[in-house]
Amino acid sequence: MQLETISSISTPVGEGAIAIVRLSGIDALEIADKLYKGNKSLSEVDTHTINYGHIIDPSTAETVEEVMAAVMKAPKTYTREDIVEINCHGGVHTVNRVLQLTLKHGARMAEPGEFTKRAFLNGRIDLSQAEGVMDFIRSKTTEASKVANQQMQGRLKTYIESLRQSVLNILAQVEVNIDYPEYDDVEETTTSFLLDEAKKVEQEIEQLLKSSSEGKILREGLSTVIVGKPNVGKSSLLNYFIQDDKAIVTEVAGTTRDTLEEYVNVNGIPLKLVDTAGIRDTDDIVEKIGVERSREALKNSELILYLLNNNEALTAEDMEILDSIADQKVILIVNKLDLDNRLDIADLESRYPGMPVVKTSIVNSTGVDELEEKIADLFFDGSIQSTDSTYVSNNRHISLLEQAKQAVSDAMDSAEMDIPVDIIQIDLVKTWELLGEVIGEDVSEQLIDQLFSQFCLGK
Amino acid sequence: MTDNMKYDVVVIGAGHAGVEAGLASARKGLSTLMLTINLDNIAFMPCNPSVGGPAKGIVVREVDALGGEMAKVIDKTHIQMRMLNTGKGPAVRALRAQADKVFYQQEMKRVLEDEPNLDILQGMVDEIIIEDETVKGIRTNIGTIYDAETVIVTTGTFLRGEIILGDLKYSSGPNHQMPSVPLADQLKDLGFDIVRFKTGTPPRVNSDSIDYDKTEIQPGDDTPMAFSFETTDFILDQLPCWLTYTTENTHMIINDNLHLSAMYSGMVKGTGPRYCPSIEDKVVRFDDKPRHQIFLEPEGRNTKEVYVQGLSTSMPENVQRQMLSTVPGLENARMMRAGYAIEYDSLVPTQIWPSLETKKIKNLFTAGQINGTSGYEEAAGQGLIAGVNAAAKLLGEEPMILSRSEAYIGVLVDDLVTKGTSEPYRLLTSRAEYRLLLRHDNADLRLTEKGREYGLISDERYDAYNVKSANIEAEMNRLQTVRIKPNERAQSIIEQRGGTQLKDGILAYDLMKRPEMNYESIMEILGEDIVLAQSEFEQVEIQIKYDGYIKKSLAQVDKMNRMEKKKIPADIDYDAVHSLATEARDRLKKVKPLDIAQASRISGVNPADISILLVYIEQGNVKRVEA
Repeated sequence: MQLETISSISTPVGEGAIAIVRLSGIDALEIADKLYKGNKSLSEVDTHTINYGHIIDPSTAETVEEVMAAVMKAPKTYTREDIVEINCHGGVHTVNRVLQLTLKHGARMAEPGEFTKRAFLNGRIDLSQAEGVMDFIRSKTTEASKVANQQMQGRLKTYIESLRQSVLNILAQVEVNIDYPEYDDVEETTTSFLLDEAKKVEQEIEQLLKSSSEGKILREGLSTVIVGKPNVGKSSLLNYFIQDDKAIVTEVAGTTRDTLEEYVNVNGIPLKLVDTAGIRDTDDIVEKIGVERSREALKNSELILYLLNNNEALTAEDMEILDSIADQKVILIVNKLDLDNRLDIADLESRYPGMPVVKTSIVNSTGVDELEEKIADLFFDGSIQSTDSTYVSNNRHISLLEQAKQAVSDAMDSAEMDIPVDIIQIDLVKTWELLGEVIGEDVSEQLIDQLFSQFCLGK
Repeated sequence: MTDNMKYDVVVIGAGHAGVEAGLASARKGLSTLMLTINLDNIAFMPCNPSVGGPAKGIVVREVDALGGEMAKVIDKTHIQMRMLNTGKGPAVRALRAQADKVFYQQEMKRVLEDEPNLDILQGMVDEIIIEDETVKGIRTNIGTIYDAETVIVTTGTFLRGEIILGDLKYSSGPNHQMPSVPLADQLKDLGFDIVRFKTGTPPRVNSDSIDYDKTEIQPGDDTPMAFSFETTDFILDQLPCWLTYTTENTHMIINDNLHLSAMYSGMVKGTGPRYCPSIEDKVVRFDDKPRHQIFLEPEGRNTKEVYVQGLSTSMPENVQRQMLSTVPGLENARMMRAGYAIEYDSLVPTQIWPSLETKKIKNLFTAGQINGTSGYEEAAGQGLIAGVNAAAKLLGEEPMILSRSEAYIGVLVDDLVTKGTSEPYRLLTSRAEYRLLLRHDNADLRLTEKGREYGLISDERYDAYNVKSANIEAEMNRLQTVRIKPNERAQSIIEQRGGTQLKDGILAYDLMKRPEMNYESIMEILGEDIVLAQSEFEQVEIQIKYDGYIKKSLAQVDKMNRMEKKKIPADIDYDAVHSLATEARDRLKKVKPLDIAQASRISGVNPADISILLVYIEQGNVKRVEA
């Protein structure tokens, strides 16, 4: 029995020497051939051979990876289905791209333990081993959901929840028109309304995919420390970051204003500002630098925002600290630009060539945009590495988001063709369900709950 | 041996579930007895005088396609009929009729009287006689025993019914009839999980006392329409309904008297449906709304009673009068019946198999409000299923279980027995994941074959169905071969309809997919007379126009069907499947799904549990629960 084709990275996560993307199922060869270019197509090569070639992204014709592709045709394979194993060399990022390409071209992300399950269902594994297979699926699932749960804490979840909520609002409006046609409080939803709303949703999903395209959906935020001498402007910078819309209220218990962390959003990049209470309480982190805890915070941070006073020459103290963090990601902020220049900026730049310099007057909001851009640049060009991104489950999420995007763009196509709203709705419901799958939510009754909480319906 | 009278099937109740149940089993050739507390209240509509609407109207057509009666009777007895959602796609269109309540009852009663295998009898059932967890018969309140092979309980809101009005609460069935209490006690003693549900109804007023000038008229459609695929006589003489609104004053009176409302004084214990809120609820929950719609619906041609839709309430009678007087048009309205709330017992429906037989007692079936639903149509659909299956069980046939992709009735039953319900359940189109397939226009194409299989469809009707489906198929095939050339006639017709001109020849089939084209315009281009009936070419048009979407839905259905084919033994011992998560195991033990598809719909059962279950069943050595 050949089932729909599944795909996953079959080697442990991390920077191993090679990594393998495994495809199993009825279309394994066909899907692999859409991506693989070698001397012969994989459908033509002999079974149980390993073949040299390249993985090409068909949409851009770009070469993604140099690979060895192992072809094993049914039935003499682990799952007794056609299997293609693509051996990649290029590190986590490339392997992820190869996996994403297989998912985009017809494969489905394998469930935890699914290869083994298929091996069993196809008779490859003996009946006496059934118990073992079941335990294996259970343990794989527990493990996967543990990882997924870790990843889904915090921002991404909140973000997707709010995205889903806006889709749900659209759905409810259409549904109320359908199930309560005489109810006059809700404007009749038109295809042009749907088109506008769907566009917004598509853009948001697009945005999410963009931020994850480098494997960098951040769940916790980049851990960031603001450092500087007293009165150099640390509080002002902090306040600037957390002013109205930039503040993110987390749902983590105990995360309130007077604790040690603040979550802010800078050009779409979440920052976890560490040791903010220190800034507030004493405004004197430089003096406390000898304290082990603060050193720890500096050492563990992924980004350091180091404030210097434009009005003062570089001190020995500053240099000592800067030397100690020379191998970390630091942005030097020369603040108080409104005062006379007494800091030798050229000397500073030559002394610390790896640290970009931004000139600001935070109280006057001068240069802060540039600072935000600098942070975004460092993040997107890969200079800042986040320690908390894990790739396995991200792939599942990305694949679901890709499908969600496809569904919403199908809905838009229909809307443009003037298809009735209830039919466009089919793809919007799918979008909403896929987003729900990303965050593992039970969808069954939500739409109906929404309907009755939002509208006053009934006889 | 006893000398009790003996029936194959006994139906307790003659509401919308009961009548369909009794008719179905009688029509399957089994001797059937239907008991009701009051013979004058057969197929009574205790609440709104209407049948159909979105989703519900489709159920009425499904009942018809399966040989039921609701569609035919409403076709004969309505005072108004409308097609809803005409501005939307074909999937969500639906008929709704305003009923002449008394005429509907009389007509349904006549149908029952005419049915050869069916006896109808006035009487209250106090006890279901059970031996070895199997139904043996029933005993009425005057002590008569009727032996029965199967019993179908369709007690509606009679089961331990209690009416609540202001600070008054008294034991009563709907519309102040006798409630059924001993039977409720017995079901409880048998160990069934019982919940208390609540519903309500608005006051009725005398039409002569309404100032219609202050309201908006809501006429019916003037095109001939019918629910039943067999109806040929259409009622064109229609009565209008009227629309008015509550006012600030209405809301003030409600707020001032909230402490007197049964709903807010803590008197009501039952869970009410969110989709049928009382006016008190609406005012409290949506306090920013300045007004709520009120529809004035005549209850029939030979009565002046008018149903005040939108004003469902359990306020004391005098407060109801004050409320009415604040509504434009109703200032001087004379109230004829006060609104009230009613609480009743209902079974937690996960105790029922998809055949609607209870899991606990063999040959005991339940249908309608006792299963946690609300609505005449939902009741009728279940009644039909229960009637067919009670008979099928005795005849040794497989039970009729409709899948979610076949019928709204399938969605309804599956939702109930798989997920249960925390409030009186109403069908909504959004509950159906394949609603594009479950259209009102194709109910006959979906279900006639099934109705025939169970012996509920006459030869005549079956022949007509075969002709219709053959015509549709032939025309669909033909249009895939007919080419339209970009000649002057074609171009001008296309242009007239606002489309862009053809560059090349195109298949008629493909041209019809354009939004501006329909079947008639294609025939016009082809210069052909329309020979198909409208119901036929409408199918051709819908199936071609929405082909892409229909195929998408069918692909999903296909996936589900594969899972439905993987059956789970009814007596599987879930405790022996060690790797299942605890929550999943508990839910599975309770619901006892028939197949993997149903199992996957149970909340708390996740894909890993399904995988584990599949592997367990596949290994062949399934441990059974000891009987």
